Amino acid sequence: MNFDFSEEQSMLRDSVAKYVQDDYDWETRKAVAASEGGMSAKNWQTFAELGWLSVPFDEQYGGFGGGPIDVMVMMEEFGKGLVLEPYLATVVLFGGLLQKGTNDALKEALIPSIIDGSCLGAFAYLERQSRHELSDVLTTVTAEGDDRVINGEKVVVTNATNASQFIVSARASGDQSDKEGLSLFVVPADSDGIELVSYRLMDGQVVANVSFNNVRVSASNAVCAEGDAWNLINNVTQDAILAVSAEALGIMGQLNSKTVEYTKTREQFGVKISIFQALQHRMVETFMAYEQTKSLLYRAVCDFEADKPEKRESLLALKIMIDKAGKLIYSEAIQLHGGMGITDELDIGHYAKRLMMIGTTFGDAMHHLTEFTEARYAN
Amino acid sequence: MDTRFSDEDLAFRDEVRAFFKEEYTQELQDRMKDKTTFKAAVVEWQKKLHAKGWIAPGWPVQYGGTGWTPTQKYIYDSERASAGVRDNVPFGLTMVGPVIYNFATEEQKAQFLPRILGSDDWWCQGYSEPGSGSDLASLKTKAERDGDDYIVNGAKIWTTYAQYADWIFCLVRTSNEGKKQEGISFLLIDMKTPGIKVNPIVSIDNHHSLNEVEFNNVRVPVANRIGEENRGWHIAKSLLEHERTGIAGVADCKRAVTEIKRLASSEINGGKALIDNPNFQSRLADIDIELMALEYTELRVLASLSGGGAPGPESSMLKIKGTEMQQATQTLMMDLAAHYQGVLPADLSPEVLGHSFGSQARQSFMYGRASTIYGGSNEVQKNIIAKAVLGL
Ligand SMILES: Cc1cc2nc3c(=O)[nH]c(=O)nc-3n(C[C@H](O)[C@H](O)[C@H](O)COP(=O)(O)OP(=O)(O)OC[C@H]3O[C@@H](n4cnc5c(N)ncnc54)[C@H](O)[C@@H]3O)c2cc1C
Ligand SMILES: Cc1cc2nc3c(=O)[nH]c(=O)nc-3n(C[C@H](O)[C@H](O)[C@H](O)COP(=O)(O)OP(=O)(O)OC[C@H]3O[C@@H](n4cnc5c(N)ncnc54)[C@H](O)[C@@H]3O)c2cc1C
Repeated sequence: MNFDFSEEQSMLRDSVAKYVQDDYDWETRKAVAASEGGMSAKNWQTFAELGWLSVPFDEQYGGFGGGPIDVMVMMEEFGKGLVLEPYLATVVLFGGLLQKGTNDALKEALIPSIIDGSCLGAFAYLERQSRHELSDVLTTVTAEGDDRVINGEKVVVTNATNASQFIVSARASGDQSDKEGLSLFVVPADSDGIELVSYRLMDGQVVANVSFNNVRVSASNAVCAEGDAWNLINNVTQDAILAVSAEALGIMGQLNSKTVEYTKTREQFGVKISIFQALQHRMVETFMAYEQTKSLLYRAVCDFEADKPEKRESLLALKIMIDKAGKLIYSEAIQLHGGMGITDELDIGHYAKRLMMIGTTFGDAMHHLTEFTEARYAN
Repeated sequence: MDTRFSDEDLAFRDEVRAFFKEEYTQELQDRMKDKTTFKAAVVEWQKKLHAKGWIAPGWPVQYGGTGWTPTQKYIYDSERASAGVRDNVPFGLTMVGPVIYNFATEEQKAQFLPRILGSDDWWCQGYSEPGSGSDLASLKTKAERDGDDYIVNGAKIWTTYAQYADWIFCLVRTSNEGKKQEGISFLLIDMKTPGIKVNPIVSIDNHHSLNEVEFNNVRVPVANRIGEENRGWHIAKSLLEHERTGIAGVADCKRAVTEIKRLASSEINGGKALIDNPNFQSRLADIDIELMALEYTELRVLASLSGGGAPGPESSMLKIKGTEMQQATQTLMMDLAAHYQGVLPADLSPEVLGHSFGSQARQSFMYGRASTIYGGSNEVQKNIIAKAVLGL
């Protein structure tokens, strides 16, 4: 047993870390956040050139053949710099669905263009009513000969305004929350009948509600067997949970170290406020919360890498902890910065906001606790 | 011990309820939400309360207070919160007003009190400085005598609503001798005086309520000093400890709980209403129980005050617990909003956005982070309890 990264993983991590350090300083990040699409096309090309967009894809499509640990080391570094470019939306979700789906023609057509940076994607899965239940899908798909016609609305779709292609979940049969009867289709963003209403989120993302009004695609755009997409959706969102958890860990580490640093410089009552034991103990708590989160991340990622039967429970525990430890860590970081922590100018609030959004993405603690307690304690 | 309402109390409750229903119109609330009409709308509302005689429940009757019993104050605040009526801007009415009627000369009282009651002047509080937050007494903004004036130089920070203010009440350093607390004076400064510059600070909720206020050779008449020179700290402290109804915000928290219950009944997750989810229920119950307790803690404090007791360090407990509960309800509201919790205002109707309360939840939550920092941080309040109550 060991918790060491391979040489390749260390190199990957170092290359992202160096980029964030040298090329993604706070001013740069602010400019990206204020830009129209909430990302920089130039940065994205750099990601492609550095090979980062190829990491989780099979070698036969030009990928690096990496697994969850490779994605994890990158995402943690992205988190440290609050990187806004849509790695999660394009590579982990959109690309992941293609890669783990069964449609080889789509893989051949699209994965190389993800890797070279020319194709940005988005996964349109959430609906107004669905909260955290991924199978709660009212968007419909009906067959008309070799065509498929999609109707419905997806909301808070990440990267929707930048994407040239969507993958959309739609119901071919069954009732509102059934896991059976779901299909996934690749839909070009410029298809007739697609309408976007975009808005911004507090973490710097530009998202959109995407309506599909009689949007027609070929049956050959199905990412996997029609009506049978649940397992694929579940698998890929599990990968995405690992990815955002790693991003969250990077953020938590930054919040903690910035807070420790601040208390060592801020003076009140003639002393550095770091000498107050009341504050020291709270920084010890947030340090421990960070370490416990890291342990659950490693546990889950190792379980997934080894495909252990208990991997689902490890993942749920991780996502619950991300929410819980996240709340503690951002609250303390803001509190210990005093008035400074309340300003928009300081980065602390921005780290907090991204951590908050990750807490709710793919289900918050309340949601996952239900499944976790049923899995472990139900008779 | 008896906490039942009398018939008079019930009649009072009905009167308050009817007044809010009638006067706190939707149209007025809409104007309060728009930052270009915010100030005028708030002033308009406070003038209505003044006309009704209800603007200053905490003040002695001789200065324009209501003379309400603790029960009436409790009823008033509960009704105010459950009707969603905003609390009055505190800087004039609950901060500098009591300082003036307790410590000022008759002339000063006549000059300022009627205009505070009438919301004719908008006040702001100039205590904190960049280097002096929790350690307020270390403040450096200095006021030097020049004939009948003081010349003020320095900077205040985190000054809420300075951009709207006609007047600022300030703690300034008038002496460097002796203990740092002993060289502080309490000055009222007209914001139109030359040499004052207000710089906006955008806060974490994406709004502008905070400011930095710079003073460059600002000339202030000595006649604007409250109390004696170098006795300002004593005055400031009494202000901090002065009776404040609703300091814990229990009534507003109770309203938030009601709102959470309502929303959670229509938030469906996997076919089940959130209100029926045991994990949700236990989080809400934790808040509910603390609030049931805090409501009575606050009533106990109110009752002891009306019996002539002095508000002491108990107000620290109300502040700590109250702000913790506010943050707990704000957090739960964010979790209710789920993916919509991050929405920034974009002028999209709820119909188009697909959600009604996400952006408001975000704003309250983000600004709410400050409640445990301002007014003496919760850590400082705990230090006060440790020292003053537990004798540590
Ligand atoms: C079941 C048990 C088994 C033990 N076994 C052993 C043993 O095998 N060998 C051995 O040598 N000792 C043993 N101890 C003793 C143990 O190490 C001491 O109890 C411990 O060090 C605390 O010292 P104290 O009891 O004198 O409490 P104190 O030091 O008087 O502490 C009292 C309280 O004050 C807190 N406190 C003290 N200093 C600080 C500080 N600077 N900041 C914040 N809080 C502080 C403590 O946490 C505690 O809550 C045992 C104790 C127990 C209860
Ligand atoms: C939204 C908002 C509105 C405000 N409005 C006004 C206003 O209108 N007028 C005005 O004058 N001021 C205002 N303030 C300022 C407020 O009073 C100060 O922010 C507060 O006193 C804390 O000071 P600080 O920000 O300098 O933090 P610091 O004093 O630097 O504190 C940083 C951290 O250290 C902790 N700490 C400090 N000392 C101790 C100690 N001895 N023991 C343990 N922990 C300690 C604090 O609790 C905090 O967590 C406002 C602040 C905010 C956030």
